[in-house]
Amino acid sequence: MTDTTGGALLSVRNLSVAFRHENGETLAASGVSFNLEKGRTLAVVGESGSGKSVTALSVVRLLPYPAARHPSGEILYKGRDLLKADEAELRKIRGADITMVFQEPMTSLNPLHSIERQIGEILKLHGASGDANVRRRVIELLNEVGIPDPESRLSAYPHQLSGGQRQRVMIAMALANAPDLLIADEPTTALDVTVQAQILTLLKTLQERHGMAILFITHDLGIVERFADDVVVMTKGEVVEAGPTAEVFAAPKHAYTRHLMAAAPKGEPPSAAPEAPVVVEAERLRVWFPIKAGFLRRTVGHVKAVDGVDVKLRAGQTLGVVGESGSGKTTLGLALLRLISSEGPIAVLGRRIDGLESRAMRPLRRDVQAVFQDPYGSLSPRMTVADIVGEGLAVHEPGLTANLRDDRVVEALVEVGLDPETRHRYPHEFSGGQRQRIAIARAMVLKPKFVMLDEPTSALDMSVQAQVVDLLRDLQARHGLAYMFISHDLKVVRALANELIVMKAGKVVEAGSAAEVFAAPKEPYTRALMAAAFRLEAVGGVSAET
Amino acid sequence: MNVLPAPRRPWLSPVNRRRWQNFKANRRGWWSFWIFLVLFVATLLSNVIANDKPIVVSYKGEILFPVLVDYPEEKFGGFLAVTNYRDPYNRDEIESHGWMIWPPIHYSFDTPNTEAPTPAPSPPAFLLSRAERCAAYAEGVNDRECVFGNMNWLGTDDQGRDVVARALYGFRISVLFGLTLAVVSSIVGIAIGAVQGYYGGLTDLLMQRFIEIWNAVPTLYLLIIVSSVIAPSFLVLLLILLAFSWTHLVGVVRAEFLRARNFEFVRAARALGVGNLTIMWRHLLPNAMVATLTFLPFILNGSITTLTSLDYLGFGLPAGYPSLGELLRQGKTNVFAPWLGITGFCVVAVMLSLLIFIGEAVRDAFDPRKTFQ
Repeated sequence: MTDTTGGALLSVRNLSVAFRHENGETLAASGVSFNLEKGRTLAVVGESGSGKSVTALSVVRLLPYPAARHPSGEILYKGRDLLKADEAELRKIRGADITMVFQEPMTSLNPLHSIERQIGEILKLHGASGDANVRRRVIELLNEVGIPDPESRLSAYPHQLSGGQRQRVMIAMALANAPDLLIADEPTTALDVTVQAQILTLLKTLQERHGMAILFITHDLGIVERFADDVVVMTKGEVVEAGPTAEVFAAPKHAYTRHLMAAAPKGEPPSAAPEAPVVVEAERLRVWFPIKAGFLRRTVGHVKAVDGVDVKLRAGQTLGVVGESGSGKTTLGLALLRLISSEGPIAVLGRRIDGLESRAMRPLRRDVQAVFQDPYGSLSPRMTVADIVGEGLAVHEPGLTANLRDDRVVEALVEVGLDPETRHRYPHEFSGGQRQRIAIARAMVLKPKFVMLDEPTSALDMSVQAQVVDLLRDLQARHGLAYMFISHDLKVVRALANELIVMKAGKVVEAGSAAEVFAAPKEPYTRALMAAAFRLEAVGGVSAET
Repeated sequence: MNVLPAPRRPWLSPVNRRRWQNFKANRRGWWSFWIFLVLFVATLLSNVIANDKPIVVSYKGEILFPVLVDYPEEKFGGFLAVTNYRDPYNRDEIESHGWMIWPPIHYSFDTPNTEAPTPAPSPPAFLLSRAERCAAYAEGVNDRECVFGNMNWLGTDDQGRDVVARALYGFRISVLFGLTLAVVSSIVGIAIGAVQGYYGGLTDLLMQRFIEIWNAVPTLYLLIIVSSVIAPSFLVLLLILLAFSWTHLVGVVRAEFLRARNFEFVRAARALGVGNLTIMWRHLLPNAMVATLTFLPFILNGSITTLTSLDYLGFGLPAGYPSLGELLRQGKTNVFAPWLGITGFCVVAVMLSLLIFIGEAVRDAFDPRKTFQ
């Protein structure tokens, strides 16, 4: 076909997506147009709610129809309009010509099927036959996506693989029928930074080898810059800027693109005062989970989640704790707050708290507070914001009258930058960033000395992350708070931490002043983390992954 | 602080408002709910619908309420401890000094009709001619007792007691028994499930094993043994059934608590220093309530069926209680009197169907994936 698509493999024109619900219709995307040529990579970038995933899913018509519909537009794949294609034709295209890789590899794979069966199914659906044939092809694919010793992994189930390996299996499934177009919807968001870099490198090599086009959905501009040939920037369902990646990054035209690029967490941590009083101290802290086996359930060994970690944190300072998932960062934080049992002395404000009964611990809880990762999960959906923020006050200052308590709640909400008039609403009416502010207000209303921040920015959009980081730094300066900031995101940690602990498998690999560690990491593991985080480079042989 | 005071909160949270809408959207369940409510309220007022005492009596200028108060016969010049208002002597006495307002049906559940047209069980009034209906009265059709309220609209059972009255009172006692059993066993079950799920570990393990053993006790045999030792009154029966029915909800509630106790908002509450009981009540129970309320109508149904079947077998409520199970048994023994079995069947079937329809609507209402059509 010779038309305006100019020979593009995929051409989306003026696409709109609308979702029907009780109170009418919401337009999730409107007037989206872009072209993707053979062998190229197009990144669709935007924050949550920008309509980027919806656009990608419409290409293969995987939206929940009939609740979703397309008021306008066409999606031309090799000149055929997929929006007009019937279900049988779509089935032939899906999984063969156009394939997808999703964000969460654990839920995208069927937990009850072995790897061989999952990949084999795709092959058989699209015409392969003969068990030996299929098996040979599956091994070939696993080899190609870099799963070591594929023959022995054939009968493995998804839970027996690591996150990165699961994503590799997903990619193997996507490659099975030599597709022309691979749609990758945030394929690395759920993975550790080092694994993320490996997966991106893998996708790049596979693309070069097979010449397929990739439609890459992401919120991470770092990935776009290194990985994509062209970029489409979306916000609120509309495309605001499109063009070759180099050009867009060199000279962003639209204000939103500039805003997005400037959104990375910036700034310096407040300078450390070495003589400030010690707020939290722990020595040789251990959290061991026993492994029991045999008829008598005897303890045969331990999972050493935290194994001999020293922590010393002064007022007004931030201790960054970094490491990959499973390294024991969160367990360390929970142990310091005595939310799980641990061994080894812990002192808060000079008072030993290990070994205290939960009742004796209660009055001390107002000094040690926590903010958790998931702003959706950490607020009870059935309580109003005022109740959520005021809950701790009811425990620690039971003498307060309802009016005084309300005043304190209002004060805390103002402090975290929320409109206090909204305090009678329920959490679901707030955005992710606002919810995280509510969670911070809940901690701050008690005027704590020490706050454990467990990945408080990971679930947020980049620009919101920067705002939350600014807020945290501001609160710290105002109240002389001590933070323990747990994160896998080194960029955020760099903007906040004075001291740094790098953890791996429950042990501290490297510790010291944050500035020094960032400037000159000593350990190879730290170096690999930083290469992956700041330059998206995969350095082999450091992570548990291979 | 210069902020507005709290606005008055709507009594339903947005989530619950949506559930209420969903419940109403299920037309069958919504109508069943109202029909059941009307029936239930009506049967709660059985005493003023079917009774062998007048509702209000005016005697020598005094207003009396025999439905509520037992007046001795001395009040009306007699000598018995309890007045029989159906006795023609007493009626003449009262009506000559005032008036009486009778309920629409002049029989209570245990009033034998001494003027039944045929030997008990006698057939429903609509199957008989006017002459036949009043054949037992002294003056036949012209007797002043031959009025609508004295007829047995659906006949009598084999002891001459009015079937409509027995069905009314039977419905009431069934639903009340079912409701009490369902509510009390839910409360016990939720409390135990909550403790098991929240604390987990050894507590959970021991209680789970106990429940397994407890569930293996054959309830029916136990009831037969107990009823041979003591007469099972309403309360005794309730307690025995309660002892075994509280386990229904434990599993569901335990699972909900096990799941939700690691939610981040629960962890956050613990970090705030909120006590265990408060966390369970404020943060976890609302999550478990969805599963519980979904099951409740079905548990209610199960409780009613249990009582009815025990009555049917003769191990239920003692003689003298109005019971649907007993009505069904009479239907079985008196096959030549089909009005007994048919009435019993219809009442039980309607009651259970309505509850099932309501239960379905409740389930729909709590289904988060249920969307508008």
